[in-house]
Amino acid sequence: MMEVTYAPGGTDPQRIRNFCIIAHIDHGKSTLADRMLQITEVVDQRQMRAQYLDRMDIERERGITIKSQAVRMPWTARSGERDGDEFVLNMIDTPGHVDFTYEVSRSLAACEGAVLLVDAAQGIEAQTLANLYLALENDLTIIPVLNKIDLPAAQPEKYAEELAHLIGCEPEDCLRVSGKTGAGVAELLDQIVHQFPPPVGEPEAPARAMIFDSVYDTYRGVVTYVRVIDGLLEARDRIKMMSTGAVHELLEIGVISPEPIKSKALGVGEVGYLITGVKDVRQSKVGDTVTLNNRPAREALGGYADPKPMVYSGLYPIDGSDYPDLREALDKLKLNDAALVYEPETSAALGFGFRCGFLGLLHLEIIRERLEREFGLDLISTAPNVVYTVDMEDGTEVEVTNPSEFPEGKSAAVHEPVVRATVLTPNEFVGAVMELCQSRRGSLMGMEYLSQERVELRYTLPLAEIIYDFFDQLKSKTRGYASLDYEATGSQVADLVKVDILLHGEPVDAFSAIVHKDSAYAYGVRLAEKLRKLIPRQQFEVPIQAAIGSRVIARETIRAIRKDVLAKCYGGDITRKRKLLEKQKEGKKRMKMVGRVEVPQEAFVAALSTDDSAESKKK
Amino acid sequence: MPGLPPDGEPVPRDGSLPAAALASVGERGFGVYVHVPFCASRCGYCDFNTYTAAELAGGVTRESYADLVLDELRLAARVLDGTAPKARTVFFGGGTPTLLPADDLARILDGVDATFGLAEDAEISTEANPESVDPAYLARLLDAGFTRVSLGMQSAARHVLAVLDRKHSPGRAAQAAVEARETGFGHVNLDLIYGTPGERDEDWAASLDAAVAAGVDHVSAYSLIVEDGTRLAARIRRGELAMPDDDVAADRYLAADATLSAAGLDWYEVSNWARDEAARCRHNLLYWQGGDWWGFGPGAHSHVGGVRWWNVRHPSAYAARLAEGVSPGEGRELLADEDRYLEDVLLRLRIVDGIRVTSLAPPGPEKAARAVADGLLDEEAFAEGIARLTLRGRLLADAVVRDLLPD
Repeated sequence: MMEVTYAPGGTDPQRIRNFCIIAHIDHGKSTLADRMLQITEVVDQRQMRAQYLDRMDIERERGITIKSQAVRMPWTARSGERDGDEFVLNMIDTPGHVDFTYEVSRSLAACEGAVLLVDAAQGIEAQTLANLYLALENDLTIIPVLNKIDLPAAQPEKYAEELAHLIGCEPEDCLRVSGKTGAGVAELLDQIVHQFPPPVGEPEAPARAMIFDSVYDTYRGVVTYVRVIDGLLEARDRIKMMSTGAVHELLEIGVISPEPIKSKALGVGEVGYLITGVKDVRQSKVGDTVTLNNRPAREALGGYADPKPMVYSGLYPIDGSDYPDLREALDKLKLNDAALVYEPETSAALGFGFRCGFLGLLHLEIIRERLEREFGLDLISTAPNVVYTVDMEDGTEVEVTNPSEFPEGKSAAVHEPVVRATVLTPNEFVGAVMELCQSRRGSLMGMEYLSQERVELRYTLPLAEIIYDFFDQLKSKTRGYASLDYEATGSQVADLVKVDILLHGEPVDAFSAIVHKDSAYAYGVRLAEKLRKLIPRQQFEVPIQAAIGSRVIARETIRAIRKDVLAKCYGGDITRKRKLLEKQKEGKKRMKMVGRVEVPQEAFVAALSTDDSAESKKK
Repeated sequence: MPGLPPDGEPVPRDGSLPAAALASVGERGFGVYVHVPFCASRCGYCDFNTYTAAELAGGVTRESYADLVLDELRLAARVLDGTAPKARTVFFGGGTPTLLPADDLARILDGVDATFGLAEDAEISTEANPESVDPAYLARLLDAGFTRVSLGMQSAARHVLAVLDRKHSPGRAAQAAVEARETGFGHVNLDLIYGTPGERDEDWAASLDAAVAAGVDHVSAYSLIVEDGTRLAARIRRGELAMPDDDVAADRYLAADATLSAAGLDWYEVSNWARDEAARCRHNLLYWQGGDWWGFGPGAHSHVGGVRWWNVRHPSAYAARLAEGVSPGEGRELLADEDRYLEDVLLRLRIVDGIRVTSLAPPGPEKAARAVADGLLDEEAFAEGIARLTLRGRLLADAVVRDLLPD
């Protein structure tokens, strides 16, 4: 009977298939997952809701997965040699964005196969391609699938060619499904059984399980998702985290199907969750190996890496009195986000805030949005910057995560992080894309036609050039058709300078930026001009200067205000005038003082926003 | 009386004042303001509490108005109960006081005298519209005891007057000023407005010259304030008229100060110039020096011993309250010490006497020193312990006040 196969802890590995779905945002992964849940009957019609597995509002709204999920589904093959045999399918959802490449790689490492899901009306996108390469590196078996074949605009033949070319199969090998109508989904599940290999492990060896996700839950503490490689994890065992040696009591063990179901154990090849009572995902890190305390494995599974922030930004509450709330909110988000780092920071211009490190821009945006939405905070964020390493002439090395830390003294060299970027674009936009990459100090590493119409461009680019406005520019220059993926590949020495913005001779820390020497002038001019329009006239003339060290490279002037007086003030005006004055004084309190210059908070917010691009990205 | 009344607490039905207020009435002088809420027509820029005959249906008429004020005078007599000193100043404003028969103004003035008494050298002023006075009318006012006439001239340029909806012809105001002087008024003021849409530098220069040529001993010059809800505000919003920017207003102010001081009229308040100390408007100085006054009439504001109150705005409501023997006061506020300090700084700084540096609370003195360095306060006066605005400081008076006050 089904029960025998299905009971976790004793599943014959031969009957297990672990797989993930690699897909671009909007290519219908969540909808396909929904259909799988229905067709395998782990969710009944009544409980079904759209994007069942996406837990956060932001995930649902943006159609991206931030945290991965793993669902155990029973499936009885309906065709082929194994017709009628019962299987357990573990679908491991992967995060869908470039910032989370490391998490993606760990999810892939938990699988033997990957479903490459591509929209039959759009073709493959850069991130999907990057993840496909990752899957191939992990020796995963790939099943190419074209989704949305019910769409009138679908061109399955064309994109089947493209996929076949990419992974070296025949166009006929591409399955065709519709997550919307359910067409082809049962066949896909059968092919998963037939094509993907079963997991292999040593049942008698000391237990080893890889953590591929770790999620904080208010009621249960940290829920850790694992894939068992060797041995057996049993409820009530004491487990050990191999990277830190920390030992935890196993309070609960089970599988997700798609709600949590407790089990007695998890055996070779099985995928499930652990609860140990720890309260912080840092104690249960993605990529780490779980073993048993009384019979530990000698060697950890490979591939573990500490998450390393790539992009830094200062986050400040608009209302200074919200600072303690911001700290509390960050502390809470941190429980669920091992990659988020922050430390208190004070800005003369913006007050008290935090310097926060993120995996990338999307990570930054998501954190910011969650802080604003879930914790009701109004925030200003400073322009994001990457991490620089400065070699000083005295042989010391300085790490710079904030432009204000950029050393004033003589430096021998400045290193900046570089990425390998992949851009997929229709061939008509190749020129525009190359121009953009060139202007961002990119070097072309390769170019390949995926099909007659679509081109893959590979560039090395400084990360700093990508985090500012690159994606928006790419989209606008290609009418939205190009897609981008990148991964960090190291660092390079570059001719970088710190540009300071001075207001009436006083540097404004929030506007200092580290930029390439060639774009310093443009940065200075742009910001000085912006500030001139944003800062109200003062009683005295206010020069705005952009400077590299003591050398001024751009200058604007705010003319002095000449009239600030109410013409009439007689008996009946006095009360009104007093109230007006009190209001003005209140307004003055909200002004930030830069030396003697009063700058309204809004001016900082507006000057730090990248015009409309920050807005358009959200849409 | 500008704008909407402020929020406040209700005025007691009998209009009574706290004992502490009564104990200090008139310490800094006592005056009377009489509001006359009538106009022949409404000007496009005006948001004062005033009504045309057509707007005033029922109840209150020009003919019955003097009796209403006499009613409120009786109420004031009950409330103050002999605590007030004789009135040093009486000021009739509006509206257009001179739309009332001169005898009615005289009757009200007699009422004031009977209620409070008038000081020996009391200043008795009235505002007047150039088109509503003639030599006979002026003679009657002089006879009744009036000592000062203030005429709304606004501009000598026809197209500027048209934008302001003023009905008089360009020369009429100056002519009325001459008539007033010839009648025997020792003190005559002309009111001017600058910064009206369409006004050119030469229009303003001509207006100043005309005022000087009329031989008055006092000129008030105001930058046009476009109040919300006025017809002028609507026209500007619709783009029919373009408001000049503040730098233009600043230039006009400098032109006014140059022309007027060259003609022997010196500034003594941000928007007021006078021939000599005797020519200064003592009633307005009472406001700026924190004195007490009772304001009569609808919408009028009063200040007695740290209590400010304001009457209901509509003449019918005002009449109805008085008819029931109830105070027409609509709301009031009892000024806290910090409110009085703030008012003191903001009002006194506007006048040439300035404010004693030692009377400023920290960080006032220190900020004052910096304002001297910035050229906003007068260096010589400061050496004598007085914070007095310079010419540039007058244009930035509000900013200086904000700066001198504690955060």
